[in-house]
Amino acid sequence: MSTRYDASISTPYDDFERERLAAAGPTSWVNPVPDAPYQLVILGGGSAGLAAAEAAAALGARVALVERHLLGGTCFNTGCVPSKSLLRSAAVYAQMRDAARYGAQPPAAVTVDFAAAMGRLRHIRSHLAGTVSVRHLAERGVDVYFGNAQFTGPDILSVNGQPLPFRRALIATGARPQIPDIPGLKQAGFLTNATVFDLVELPPRLLVIGGGPLGCELAQAFERFGAKVTIVQNMPLFLPHEERDAAQTLSEAFARDGIEVRLNTEVVAIRTEGAEKVVDLVTDDYHSTIRVDAILAGVGRRPNVHGLALEAAGVDYDEATGIAVDDHLRTSNPRIFAAGDVCLEAKFTDIAEESARIGVRNALLGGRERLSERVVPWCTYTDPEIAHVGLYVREANARGIPIKTYTVPMHQVDRAITDSEQDGFVKLHVGEGSDRILGATIVSRDAGDMISQVTLAMVAGVGLRTLAKVIHAYPTKTEAIRLAAMAYNRRRLSGRLLARLRRCLPR
Amino acid sequence: MPSLCSLPDDAMLDRLQRAAFGYFVETMNPRNGLIPDTSRANSPVSIAVVGFALSCYPAAVARGWIERAEAVRRSLLALRFFRDSDQSGSPTATGYKGFYYHFLDIDRGTRVWQSELSMIDSALLIAGMLTVAAAFDGTDADETELRELAQALYRRVDWRWSQDDARTIYQGWKPESGYLHYGWEGYSEAIILYALALGSPTHPISADCYAGWTSTYQWENLYGQDFLYAGPLFVHHYSQAWLDLRDVRDPFMREKRSDYFENSRRAVQVQRRYAELNPHQFVGYDRNCWGLSACDGPTDEVQGVANEQRHLFGYAARGVPYGPDDGTLSPPAVLASLPFAPQPALAALRTMLLRHPQILSQDRLATSFNASVDGGDGRPWISAGHYGLDQGIVFMMIENHRSESIWRLMRGCHPLASGLRKAGFSGGWLDAPAGGVRR
Repeated sequence: MSTRYDASISTPYDDFERERLAAAGPTSWVNPVPDAPYQLVILGGGSAGLAAAEAAAALGARVALVERHLLGGTCFNTGCVPSKSLLRSAAVYAQMRDAARYGAQPPAAVTVDFAAAMGRLRHIRSHLAGTVSVRHLAERGVDVYFGNAQFTGPDILSVNGQPLPFRRALIATGARPQIPDIPGLKQAGFLTNATVFDLVELPPRLLVIGGGPLGCELAQAFERFGAKVTIVQNMPLFLPHEERDAAQTLSEAFARDGIEVRLNTEVVAIRTEGAEKVVDLVTDDYHSTIRVDAILAGVGRRPNVHGLALEAAGVDYDEATGIAVDDHLRTSNPRIFAAGDVCLEAKFTDIAEESARIGVRNALLGGRERLSERVVPWCTYTDPEIAHVGLYVREANARGIPIKTYTVPMHQVDRAITDSEQDGFVKLHVGEGSDRILGATIVSRDAGDMISQVTLAMVAGVGLRTLAKVIHAYPTKTEAIRLAAMAYNRRRLSGRLLARLRRCLPR
Repeated sequence: MPSLCSLPDDAMLDRLQRAAFGYFVETMNPRNGLIPDTSRANSPVSIAVVGFALSCYPAAVARGWIERAEAVRRSLLALRFFRDSDQSGSPTATGYKGFYYHFLDIDRGTRVWQSELSMIDSALLIAGMLTVAAAFDGTDADETELRELAQALYRRVDWRWSQDDARTIYQGWKPESGYLHYGWEGYSEAIILYALALGSPTHPISADCYAGWTSTYQWENLYGQDFLYAGPLFVHHYSQAWLDLRDVRDPFMREKRSDYFENSRRAVQVQRRYAELNPHQFVGYDRNCWGLSACDGPTDEVQGVANEQRHLFGYAARGVPYGPDDGTLSPPAVLASLPFAPQPALAALRTMLLRHPQILSQDRLATSFNASVDGGDGRPWISAGHYGLDQGIVFMMIENHRSESIWRLMRGCHPLASGLRKAGFSGGWLDAPAGGVRR
């Protein structure tokens, strides 16, 4: 059926790519020569590294940033930016498919132009390249070095052999795709987040190994482009860190999209027959084989701790969990801090950036800011989106915090009904007997935007009583948040209080 | 015979209950006492259905629907079979460590469909054994043997093994792949499983196991109801077929100032509100037509689906409000809500029977129907035949609604009471002197 699919990957080296590469990693770049120790050296030019550089430069510090490959890191080059661009194109095809649901006439024939979607992706990436460019950093007084950095002592490292002494350092080397140890995978060839955005041709049949955020997002996007997608997850549900009901809602969305879902399933072997990849699966004791044209693996992340000679600097680390840091982002070497994916379990851009800012302030100003005091939301950009902030119920239960959840399904929200987007819910978790918000999960097409209201309330210490007074433009989906707050207010009215109120009513 | 709907409530329930019992009488294999999962041809045995059948015998004796000696004979057949069954845990055995495979061949009593060794279904079977042991207290040889067998089979279960090194009980095990993870976090039908496992005099689970399970609970305010969330209706029923949990509270329910009985009542309200809102606009859903639960359902192969965007789930645990929901409702799940919410349950049952009289055959309810899907004859899709689980839960819940006799009987079951206490339950009959009830 699909033996003519060309599985080789070769990104068109077009104007967009030339612009991106010139900005993020110019080949003609000459590293500066330091004339004195830097007040801060940052290892890694991804989201955390760039945020750290901005923060340190704003404080007036003498700061250097060392990047091994391209500025922008995973998020810009092979993560959030390209994936969200691709997801948006895929959403357009889904809208055309679902046109009848909105009383619109579906196009007579929809021809997917995958190459055009990938071209748009490269265009957007090059358009944003200015924000991660060498010039951008240089203009802020940051010395940029390209090369391999290695610690040679507790307060010195070398870049391509050039010594770089420092007063403080911040390690933000990020994480890389974690390649599952499956017999035959390497021989058969596979995609990761680092290569999938270089595709120019849509694989007719795609296997996605792993049901984490990026795996789920890309599985849905490729199905909507017309690929036959099978997603294999070795656990009972997708997104194992998210709430069960969120994962359940996503499962239903996947079923509607036509994605073949294999839960509790292991990929045990892969071999190549002609142009096909033949994949053996085991679910409990049920053995099956599927044939695909491409495999997306390595959507899990592993911290980049190799090649840094961390031992020379006395920085403790673990291969799986990364660099060990305390709540102040300090490593076992008090001069050295870490931020982002290389040291945090939650590998999201916003957390990486915020941890970097905290790390910089603690490193340069001797601050005692704690990462755990930050309220950091995150979102998985499937359709519907799944966004979370604060505590999960299971975390509250584990800590012995009595918790109650106010739930508003989106089918109770007028705007969701008018938009035919009733899948999902808003859940606000509050401390039992109080109106203090401890956490929230939102599942909705716009959950990533909606969660900000709850985040704001948590940061500002606004409880449900006040949220219930916040008037929302009608009709909007964020009304769900107010509806949840109003449900809280109704529960406050005990029978006795209601009886007293009724006595006040005009007779 | 007058139609069911024309009868007053008591008479209607009497006919439904008697017909439900008839399922066990008619389908039992006379050689081993085993009961098929469904009335369909070549159905295997479900061990849980055997547990339900055993649990129904005492009340059926009291109602004069079966002779006591015959009920004891049928019970003995089943218990002797399990005593003598292959417990090697091999892929073709009947069980392992005192547990049993979920589905068995009805003649040989050996594992079929490569089914899992099921902890919850074994617990429902053991609960049935303990029910007949509690009821048939005569001194003759048969009843004495029955009690001894029930105790021996209960004591044989290695509940501690089902926990392995985890904080909670595993849901299943297979000889080919070991313990199974289904990700069943949160409230489920497993209270009776934990009570039996904690009350075991031989192989109890660790004392903190129950707390480990309840730490996954979600206490939600949904549609104005504060309740312990579980989507499918049957979760709110099964354990309470045996256990009278009115005013009997574990630490979680004490903190929430509720109890599981009240929680099941609120679950009915949530179901009714969901059906009223009917987010997916399925045919027939309203305040008196609800009942999303674990049941059979149409599959994608069914022809004539009116809505082109619908995905159908076949046999699945449907639930509110997060789904899955494909328009399939379960009348037996509605009827099983009778003790908790009698008026809403009866109103919904009558509505369903009036709209779709075909859901009833031999006075037994089909497990499900889907009014949004054409069953092939221009009428709603209706699940063929009958399910033993439905007939069991319907019988027991009607009985508890009418006489509370099963609840009363099981209050005297020492292992269950002991297990509940070890789980931290107190209040109600559990604190009352033997036989008494404090309400």
